Amino acid sequence: MSTTLEPVVSPAMRRPLPAPPSPPPTSPPQLPRWLPFEWIVALRFLREGRLQTAFIVGGVAIGVAVIVFMSAMMSGVQASMIRRTLTGQSHIQLTSPKEFVRPLRDTSPLEREGAIVQAPLQRLKGIDQWQGIVQQVQAIPEVRVVSPAVSGSAVVVRGDASRVVLVTGMDPERYFRIVALPEKIVRGAARLTSADLLIGTELATDLGVGVGDKLRVTGSGRGATTLTITGIFDLGNKAANARSTFVALRTAQMLMGLPGGVTAIDVTVQDVYAADVIAQRIQRTMHVQADSWIGTNAQLFSALSAQSMSNTSIRFFVGLSVAFGIASVLVVSVMQKSREIGILRAMGVSRTQVLRVFLLQGGLLGLGGAVVGSILGLMALAAWQKLQRAADGSPMFEMVMSPALLGWTLALATLTGLLAAFMPALRAARLDPVVAINA
Amino acid sequence: MLALRAVHKSYSVGLPNELEVLHGIDLVLERGDFCAVMGPSGSGKSTLLHLIGLLDRPTSGTIAVCGEETTTLDDRALTRLRGHNIGFVFQYHHLLTAFSALENVMMPMLGGSGFPSAAATARAAALIESVELTPYRDRAVGQLSGGQQQRVAVARALAMQPALLLADEPTGNLDTKSADAVFALFRRVNKEQGTTVLFVTHNPLLAARCDHTIDVIDGQIVTRGIDSSVSRGRS
Repeated sequence: MSTTLEPVVSPAMRRPLPAPPSPPPTSPPQLPRWLPFEWIVALRFLREGRLQTAFIVGGVAIGVAVIVFMSAMMSGVQASMIRRTLTGQSHIQLTSPKEFVRPLRDTSPLEREGAIVQAPLQRLKGIDQWQGIVQQVQAIPEVRVVSPAVSGSAVVVRGDASRVVLVTGMDPERYFRIVALPEKIVRGAARLTSADLLIGTELATDLGVGVGDKLRVTGSGRGATTLTITGIFDLGNKAANARSTFVALRTAQMLMGLPGGVTAIDVTVQDVYAADVIAQRIQRTMHVQADSWIGTNAQLFSALSAQSMSNTSIRFFVGLSVAFGIASVLVVSVMQKSREIGILRAMGVSRTQVLRVFLLQGGLLGLGGAVVGSILGLMALAAWQKLQRAADGSPMFEMVMSPALLGWTLALATLTGLLAAFMPALRAARLDPVVAINA
Repeated sequence: MLALRAVHKSYSVGLPNELEVLHGIDLVLERGDFCAVMGPSGSGKSTLLHLIGLLDRPTSGTIAVCGEETTTLDDRALTRLRGHNIGFVFQYHHLLTAFSALENVMMPMLGGSGFPSAAATARAAALIESVELTPYRDRAVGQLSGGQQQRVAVARALAMQPALLLADEPTGNLDTKSADAVFALFRRVNKEQGTTVLFVTHNPLLAARCDHTIDVIDGQIVTRGIDSSVSRGRS
């Protein structure tokens, strides 16, 4: 008799196993009724590949942040340099035309003559009919302030000490709108009557004088007078503080031997970068020599132009790398989505609609990256301004971030995305549906 | 409804490796026909289906769908004709994984109108209900079983109430129960809406349940079945 061992099965094991729980239903977002078909598909495709999307948006954001930060910094540096340069000078200065010597020889057209002529000494000369010129220049729409002045060298004496200085006589009401001298006063006040004098800190130290002291001033026109120091200024430049002095217009006219005359007319304009053009126009139409700050500071302007060009180059190449990044991601996306494209085409979606889906993806990647990048750039700017300070605690220079620049950045990034997406989108639209479905 | 006259299809035309896949196909289908297409692998069944579905163009011959001659139409017109009159069900369902079941069914309706209207949503919901998938309508399609996915694909193919439904081995990857359910759907659509159904299958049992069977062998049609008038160019 054989015995077989029955397996011992507990009652619990005899009950059928419960069915595995079905996965919790996920609720994908409903299709928004206000979005057209191409937008819905483009957004969903981007959402489906969220890691890929996040990477490319991050890459675009970094590029845009660099552009935003650099643009603001460069603009701030340039604005600061120009402001410092123009603090102590006008945008355009009109002077009497330089004198030159011409040989008085009557040569026939067939003769050539090379005369050696000694250049004349440029004497202190007033501008002919300066009042009319002031009125004409003031009438130019781009001009803001016109201020006549007399400038010349003089000797200041106090006791045994003497110094050669540059005396500028002007109308304070107009001149202070060109050179904000009152803001530079460190002792006393910017008051100028016919007996007053403003000197620099270095000159005050050299002569051992202070506010209220008197100085004997003798001008190059043999005029001399005793003036009282009413204010001491600091122009931020040691040489200027040692040589520059300011008096009332009539006082300077007397010192330089130019009664009723002026040697220069200082002009400020609305757009500092247009100063050169306006100066040339004035020189063509009036009998004066017109020098703009751009010509006077040619090296600075050249450096600023070079800086702007390098900034533009960097922006271009950053933009190019952003475009290539978006294009490469979309090329991969088209390959990944070949079957979906085939299905869409089989369902009656046109080539144009497929093109739009991928163009939209490129544009959205560019725009999304630009928004994030702009925020990052602005945050970096704020951090920079907080951390980088001058010795006195003030910002080293003001970072210029205009809303227009942000708007342009967003628009250009979106356009870059669209352009970068064009070839991949075209490829997607031209996919053979049969080949795509069977991919 | 559908008329193919002397249709040839070749690949690599003009090249040394030119290959003619379909040789002079003549086929006429009426509205309400329910046909199976059978044949060995590489016989040209799928190529024939793609030509009928206007996804590809014949090398020569004419194809008329719903009374409209298609061989002279441009791509835009073909796309429009295909979108409004032809529904596709593929072997691998080919649903859009970025969308839910309901949204997949809505897709053909969005391509034309452009916006997801309330009417499109309602029709899609009704189609989902007709394939008994209402509890799963908002699920991502990746969370559905193979049979459920294929039913969604059938519902999507019916979204635009097509006159012609083409299915390329729709039950090839399904178990028997699911395959029967999908076939039953095709039958119901054919009977209730008069939709002409043409589907490729390797399953002789399913083919036997159709009204006609079209055999494609070496790029030519050899018909058999209850009514062989299909091959005689019945108008």
